[in-house]
Amino acid sequence: MSSSNYSRRRLLKTGAATGAALATPTLFTGAAWAQEQGFTNAPTGGTVTLGFNVPQTGPYADEGADELRAFELAVEHLNGEGDGGMLSTFSSQALEGSGILGKRVEYVTGDTQTKSDAARASARSMIEKDGVIMISGGSSSGVAVAVQGLCQEAGIIFMAGLTHSNDTTGKDRKANGFRHFFNAYQSAAAMGPVLESLYGNDRKAYHLTADYTWGWTTQESMQAATEALGWETVNNVLTPLASTDFSSYIAPVLQSGADVLFLNHYGGNMVNSLTNAVQFGLKEAQANGKDFQIVVPLYSELMARGAGQNIAGIPGSQNWDWKLENQLGEKYKGTNDFVQAFGEKYGFPPSQAAHTCYVQTLLYADAVQRAGSFNPCAVVEALEGFEFDGLGNGPTLYRAEDHQCFKDVVVVRGKENPENEFDLVEIVEVTPTEAVTYPHDHPMFAGGELGECNPGA
Amino acid sequence: MDAIFLQILNGLDKGSAYALIALGLTLIFGTLGVVNFAHGALFMIGAFCAVTLSRLLSLSFTTIDETRTDFLGNPMKVETPYAEWLFGPEFGAAIIDWTVPLSILFAIPVMLVVGLVMERGLIKHFYKRPHADQILVTFGLAIVLQEVIKYFYGANPIPTPAPELFRGSFDFGALLGFEANAVIYPIWRAVYFIFSLTVIAAVFGFLQFTTFGMVVRAGMADRETVGLLGIDIDKRFTIMFGIAAAVAGLAGVMYTPINPPNYHMGMDFLVLSFVVVVVGGMGSLPGAVLAGFLLGILESFASTAWAINLVPGINQIIIYLVAIVVLLTRPRGLMGRKGVMEE
Repeated sequence: MSSSNYSRRRLLKTGAATGAALATPTLFTGAAWAQEQGFTNAPTGGTVTLGFNVPQTGPYADEGADELRAFELAVEHLNGEGDGGMLSTFSSQALEGSGILGKRVEYVTGDTQTKSDAARASARSMIEKDGVIMISGGSSSGVAVAVQGLCQEAGIIFMAGLTHSNDTTGKDRKANGFRHFFNAYQSAAAMGPVLESLYGNDRKAYHLTADYTWGWTTQESMQAATEALGWETVNNVLTPLASTDFSSYIAPVLQSGADVLFLNHYGGNMVNSLTNAVQFGLKEAQANGKDFQIVVPLYSELMARGAGQNIAGIPGSQNWDWKLENQLGEKYKGTNDFVQAFGEKYGFPPSQAAHTCYVQTLLYADAVQRAGSFNPCAVVEALEGFEFDGLGNGPTLYRAEDHQCFKDVVVVRGKENPENEFDLVEIVEVTPTEAVTYPHDHPMFAGGELGECNPGA
Repeated sequence: MDAIFLQILNGLDKGSAYALIALGLTLIFGTLGVVNFAHGALFMIGAFCAVTLSRLLSLSFTTIDETRTDFLGNPMKVETPYAEWLFGPEFGAAIIDWTVPLSILFAIPVMLVVGLVMERGLIKHFYKRPHADQILVTFGLAIVLQEVIKYFYGANPIPTPAPELFRGSFDFGALLGFEANAVIYPIWRAVYFIFSLTVIAAVFGFLQFTTFGMVVRAGMADRETVGLLGIDIDKRFTIMFGIAAAVAGLAGVMYTPINPPNYHMGMDFLVLSFVVVVVGGMGSLPGAVLAGFLLGILESFASTAWAINLVPGINQIIIYLVAIVVLLTRPRGLMGRKGVMEE
């Protein structure tokens, strides 16, 4: 073997230097942040900068790419370029296509890598270096919770992207953070009645669950909803996020006495676990005298593309679907305008991740416009309890108590004979807002406080 | 009993992939003395050979169907693969259906070339350098290859299904007298296991029964003496590197229907394969194969609900636990030669 060049002295010196670097205070210093206007990164001059923090590398990079496309489109529309997209259908007509408060919108992007530490580092750099006034984007609840916490400390508004864990607006909610996307509880509440009508009241469920905040809350919500139907939960097995082959977890399912398998997985995990489940014949299997069923609580068109034919017939839930207005009419207005703008620019329909990011950007800009100020506390006030329509989901409320949006939830199913690679899911039902609304102090969301809004200065 | 049997079967297919990758790693370590951290990337490139062939065969021309409209209300563009146009709809569709097995023919020359270029172009400059340098350079290479694949193919998994004939599963238990539906096993995984046994047998046969193989084995045992006999052992070792790359590539090609390939799949297998090599014994080919299957089966058992209930988290640590025990009690590995890694 080679001899090492490290001496004890050198090792000690290196160790001391690393220790010193790590021990450097990482708290934001007020002086660096504060501007004369009294809040962090107050825009001066003719422009305002937004920060879009999305996974550009890592397993959700394609989801991140779609989010970036949507952000780019939103910025275009805010600046009065393109066809204006949803600006014409948005119930609040405060935005005129002349930027935000007359300032031209610019943006910077960061890479979350779907890792909390990387996401925080990139958000921090956007705040400190690029002077962004708001951060949006992301495709993981772990990341959303981490970046939301950072934005709260820094006095920046966080408009969450795709994050579905109950915790984002539950125990980890923050005054400076807002979520348009739906959550695990709402998925379960929407899917319960559909599962009952599809599969009846006498079922035994087996859960495979991604071992992190999103997986846990999704499993907990689905278990509660199905047990309320009279279903029995046979087992819940936590699978490591890094798993690639799920065959050892899938193989025992048929012998467990269960007749429904819940895959509380997302992204690459979901593609692999579903592929494995189909390979092991679960879709054709019989258990307890019934057809065996598979359920995927959170759907994504991009994941459906990865799973290919395996997704056919499998139910799940979505925040939005690009076919909503065509199939269910005027109530979901805005959808077609967005699909048209996005489709013309990029050549394919937008995903729900793209939709939520586009909408969040518009909602932020609108709130600033209505408040007449970029001050985060003014924005918080403008968004809290804000009721709006025309952004594709029907009438929607940004609830003041937890900063969660309340709107209809779309229950979908993998299409048996898709006509093309974008037409992979069909809408089964749209669950009305009332059925997915819960008290803000519901036990599944307990343990957190919004706290006070932080303007950062 | 049937549950135990099912987990053994499960472990065998995972073990097949470990064994094939570890076999290649051991061949390279045994011949060239290089610890090749880019070997997982070769497995991944093999898988993307199947994806590439699938894309090539699916290359289509577009016609406009005025009777239907797309999502924007414009006339629908209909894609027809050239393969169907050239060979007729039925034969063309059959060729596309059999992409993965056909990719074997495509992957062998590609992987041999990739292996040879990698060895001649980069790795040969590191033979005399310490293992740490070799690990750094091959690990860096793996990251570069991974990013190149991501650039061209995106980050999401790409479905690459097995031929229709091999999709689905069969009641393996019924053949052995278990209850109906007790041991259901996917057909393609059985194919993968048989395929890997065939490749392993071919590699051993090649080394055991050909003159080339004999010289390589002699070179592995005593490189200098073989060189003194006037044999250009370096050239043969370079070819072995190409063969090892091809073995990893084939493992990747056939793995694509089991899990849709993505750019990261090589890294997922790499670390485990190194543990397999260490447990099997650095430089021991039969050790690598044995350890591959053994660890595959152990991992499979550790992922069962009762194992996780008994020792939470055991599924994630079992392989490393075994590696620690083996390194403590028998540093040369299960079948390693005396002296290797024991100094």
